[in-house]
Amino acid sequence: MAKVTSSGTAKVTLPTDEQILITREFDAPRHLVYKAWTTPELVRRWWSGRSGEMTVAEIDLRVGGAWRYVMIADGGFEVAFHGEYREIVPNERIVTTEVYEMPGAEPLAPADEPLNIIDFTEADGRTTVTLLVQCSTRDLRDTIIESGMEAGLQEGMDLLEEVAVSLRP
Amino acid sequence: MARAATTADAFNAVAEPRRRQILDVLAGGERPVNDLVDALGLAQPQVSKHLRVLREVGAVDVRDAGRQRLYRLNGPALKPIHDWVKAYERTWSERFEELDVVLADLKQKEQGDGESDE
Repeated sequence: MAKVTSSGTAKVTLPTDEQILITREFDAPRHLVYKAWTTPELVRRWWSGRSGEMTVAEIDLRVGGAWRYVMIADGGFEVAFHGEYREIVPNERIVTTEVYEMPGAEPLAPADEPLNIIDFTEADGRTTVTLLVQCSTRDLRDTIIESGMEAGLQEGMDLLEEVAVSLRP
Repeated sequence: MARAATTADAFNAVAEPRRRQILDVLAGGERPVNDLVDALGLAQPQVSKHLRVLREVGAVDVRDAGRQRLYRLNGPALKPIHDWVKAYERTWSERFEELDVVLADLKQKEQGDGESDE
């Protein structure tokens, strides 16, 4: 496996009732981070984290263009998100809607769709990514955090298993 | 600060670094305000303001003991919030660790291309 300089964990804060802010630094220049963020075959390698396999990564990278990501989580169920690009500044900024395709749920009104504002800033060859999730309501934000919790708990269990395996004599 | 209007929410209460610090100190046991003032190096009115926010969302409880007001952590009220944020953070951390691997590959390829031009 490639040796990777980990830049630590993602930092999550909740700046206002309707926002979630995720910040992380990467040991790479921003054109590469942007590339990994916007190229389907690269997105496939990281977006599902360690909780499943991606089956769909479609990206139409232009303002008004659509994207859709689908993964099969380890529990066997499908998790799908889609959105529409609102603003694109190559290597610097992506603004897009992001909608979780909740099974059986009514689609959100367009005005209620959460907006993801992703900024890439580079210093000394390292890139800081800030991802601001802007929701229309606090309820929506809490729903997003809850869905993250479910996935996170699953991964927590996987990690636990890994640790357990590594402790085997 | 502009965030005053939004702090009556449990998530914001624990998202603020100073308030997290207060919670960390109180995790060690019940404390009077002065202890918190010392631990944080902030002026008492600021500490009191943060404590008020934490009390409003049920994250800390207070009781009078003689001339002192003692603050303590209300763990059960906090745990779900803590779990939410931590789990969300973990999801993204793991996603980003995979991204680290992708980026290491891209860097290597770019360097490789540079060398082959020589």
